[in-house]
Amino acid sequence: MESMESIVFVGVCIASVAVLLITRRFQYCFSLFLHVCLSLTGVSWAVRSLLEGNTKIFSMLTDVSYLPTLTIDSLSAYFVLLISFGMLTGILYAGGYLKPFRKTMSRLELGIHHLAFIWLHISMLMVTVLRDGTFFLLAWEMMSVSSFILILFEASKKETRLIALNYLIQMHVGFILIMGAMMYVQSLGYAFGFDGLAGYFSKNSVLPLFLVLFAGFGIKAGFVPLHTWLPHAHPAAPSHVSGVMSGVMIKMGIYGLLRVLTYIHAELYVVGLIILGVSTLSGLLGVMNAITQHDIKKLLAYHSIENIGIIGMGIGAGLLGVALNAPALAALAFTGGLLHIFNHSLFKSLLFYGAGSVYQATHTRNVEQLGGLMKSMPKTGMLFLLGSLSICGLPPFNGFISEFLIYMGLFKGLGLDIWYLDLSMLASILGLTLIGGLAVFCFTKVFSITFLGSPRSSKASQAAEVSDDMIFSKILVGVLIVAIGLFPNLFVKWVAEVTALYVPDISPIENALPTLMKVGMAGGLFIVVSLVLLWVRSRQQKQVVVEYGPTWGCGYSGANAAVHQYTATSYANNFTELVGPLVGTTTHYEKIAEEEIFPKARHFETHSYDVFEKTLIDKPAELLLKSTDRHESFQTGKLTHYLIYVFVFLALVFLLTYFQIL
Amino acid sequence: MAALSILMILISAAVIPGIISITKAKLSGRKGITLFQPLKDIVRLFRKGNVYSTTTSLIFQITPVIHFAGIFCALLFLPFSGEAGLLSFSGDFLFFAYLLAFTKFMLIINAMDTGSGFEGMGANREALYSMLVEPAFFTIMASLVLLTGFTSFQEVYNNVHFGDSSLSYLFAAVSIYLLVQIAMVENSRLPVDDPRTHLELTMIHEVMVLDNSGFDLGLIMTGNAFKFAIYGNLIANFLLPQSFPLVANIAIYLVVQLLFAVTVGLLESFRARNKIANNPQFIITLSSIALVLFFSVLIITHKLILD
Repeated sequence: MESMESIVFVGVCIASVAVLLITRRFQYCFSLFLHVCLSLTGVSWAVRSLLEGNTKIFSMLTDVSYLPTLTIDSLSAYFVLLISFGMLTGILYAGGYLKPFRKTMSRLELGIHHLAFIWLHISMLMVTVLRDGTFFLLAWEMMSVSSFILILFEASKKETRLIALNYLIQMHVGFILIMGAMMYVQSLGYAFGFDGLAGYFSKNSVLPLFLVLFAGFGIKAGFVPLHTWLPHAHPAAPSHVSGVMSGVMIKMGIYGLLRVLTYIHAELYVVGLIILGVSTLSGLLGVMNAITQHDIKKLLAYHSIENIGIIGMGIGAGLLGVALNAPALAALAFTGGLLHIFNHSLFKSLLFYGAGSVYQATHTRNVEQLGGLMKSMPKTGMLFLLGSLSICGLPPFNGFISEFLIYMGLFKGLGLDIWYLDLSMLASILGLTLIGGLAVFCFTKVFSITFLGSPRSSKASQAAEVSDDMIFSKILVGVLIVAIGLFPNLFVKWVAEVTALYVPDISPIENALPTLMKVGMAGGLFIVVSLVLLWVRSRQQKQVVVEYGPTWGCGYSGANAAVHQYTATSYANNFTELVGPLVGTTTHYEKIAEEEIFPKARHFETHSYDVFEKTLIDKPAELLLKSTDRHESFQTGKLTHYLIYVFVFLALVFLLTYFQIL
Repeated sequence: MAALSILMILISAAVIPGIISITKAKLSGRKGITLFQPLKDIVRLFRKGNVYSTTTSLIFQITPVIHFAGIFCALLFLPFSGEAGLLSFSGDFLFFAYLLAFTKFMLIINAMDTGSGFEGMGANREALYSMLVEPAFFTIMASLVLLTGFTSFQEVYNNVHFGDSSLSYLFAAVSIYLLVQIAMVENSRLPVDDPRTHLELTMIHEVMVLDNSGFDLGLIMTGNAFKFAIYGNLIANFLLPQSFPLVANIAIYLVVQLLFAVTVGLLESFRARNKIANNPQFIITLSSIALVLFFSVLIITHKLILD
């Protein structure tokens, strides 16, 4: 008897091609149907494996022997659920987002986009359930290629094509690292794939191969300094794609890392310290760079790097706990990191969808041209605020819960009688605190400049609220954000199943469940107090005189109010001056010369750049191009010269073989 | 007991602004206001009508309320006389700190909603300074956790008193010093901010609420008074061992809150305001003093042995 899921799954894979053939009106409905099928299949796999408690092996159609078997343990199940939910909200949001494009794009263009989106879903599911090296790498590659096609949605722009190419190249660097590691392991006589890695790590030195795999998966996840593709690719892609890429796809890098970690049982101390260090750096640099951005989606992309950092901090600190036999540190921090994976997928997709709605309503992503959208787009604004609050890790929303667990782990890691551990715990606590503070700084900026105050351009003043189907998917996400914030114990209990793969003793989590319930209750109390006060206020407002007038302008009411508002640049200015060279900013300004008595009109421009991208990608690439330029002189274009090259080459081969050097 | 804790904070919050004001008036040779004048001002505000800027949106209407609700919930976490507050769990100080951060988020977007350049300036400075002062508070908490081995306000305070080493009193002294400084920053007082300033360009907190009026302004001012009392409570709890009789603890508590208010008045009378550009440096210094505290705990607990 074939299992129902396999038939549906294979059916969807085959049927997906049909999306190219049907008319534009029904393409979306068909694609939605396939995504729902895929999500249901995923949920059914995950739930069955979770209910039966141990690793579940599904075979695809049993008659076809060359199809791979799917192995689902609690880690895979966790990611499968994440993918299913994330892709479902993504496709629901795409319904509204793609509507205007139906008029301007051909059936084939939209069809290819839908097809790539379905295959992104399929390939991500496959990445999390395949253990065999060949099939895993195939799925990994499919994921990169389909997301590459998705980024190319607006391929008519030259910039988009360059960014997509950059993305494809960086993904393949990661691919080669992962494949290389697996091939190296195979050359030592182990199996090709994750099972081989398990064998290798149990007998050999862990660190070198781990670093290769960490780099390979880290490029996908976006750890600093491997993050440079992320701030370009996310803004270039349409918003439902950036939401899914940031919310779900970069987590596949984390999945890879976590899968590798299940096989590592030695040298955990060093491994944990490396992950913790890299992650703290990613978190801080991610949010610092985010503050200087004016492109709302680029800003969110940098926040993905920050959150990958927070996830990594949980994982790294958890590994330290396992290595040093500190169960509370291990269990709490690890669970916090794991929960943050899901949390980030929620609020980040919510924020990207919000940014997409703003883009659709105003046709700009530059926050300096926005402002005052709260009045014209109140639903989008409130949902964006919800996302902002939860990404800052503020209670009573979900971001706080995962950060709370990581903090608790770190605080429990203090006092283990190892002074250098105390110091690294303190450094991580301070890192997390600063990340939180900087996130508040950044999101007060982006929310205020986008949604509050007066409109800064006609684009912003003419904006109108987006369609309800775009709001609906965001509400779906918002409900989960609040639910996790108010009932954290229910969700954490479920995540702890995954933690058990890494941490031998998860009793600290069970002990922490009542605490988490109190956290949820405190959050509930906060909401209740706010609501009661709002009610009291509304009663009071009915009894008094309410007047309206202009904003207090210090006695000055001459110019347009929108002109002397604070801008995103001025908001970020005192911060960028403080951190100096850590975030790169360039100013373009022609100084007034001494002899210039009547200065002519001038422009002042500032731009920000990524310090890591400049030093690690741009400079080496420039050097490489320069050196290849030097060899250009060989390329004369004359046939006679090329014949001489061939002759020299043959002579060289002859000589080398003659003297038995080759 | 939790009710008593809340009551004590309410009493302190009612008189602290008055005491600060009276202290400052006496020191500068003025007659000064009566003790309850600030309270009466707030009550009057609650009865007043509102003037709203036409630039503002829904955000401007709800943020003062949520700001106040956050501060109110934060004070429910505070212990008193060795007994837990109404809300108490392992890691409650994290919730407390993040709730206060939430209230700041609300106040900042409240200011930004008016679309005023001045309020933007104040909001921006507030965001930067509260980000910078956060590590100092967390370092103090980390030192306390390291010293006592517990992770909730109540347990931490109870075990600071009865540490094995008498050095823990020295530790408490430094912590109190830092908490007073943090309270000055968090409550927007000298030397970082000056509530008496007359120029919008140099204001931080005051300029953020320029457009709030009536009920909303009343809530914000009540919240400010509460916040003072909250920091006073954090300081007072170092000196309230569980073993003392309750009446003695109530007396000590009130004296400490009084002293705290007078200290703030004294500091404000004899201290000059920082240059705005030097504020970050000043606040980061607090974090580094807190780091010294952390290292001294490492030495006290004999983990880091220096030859």
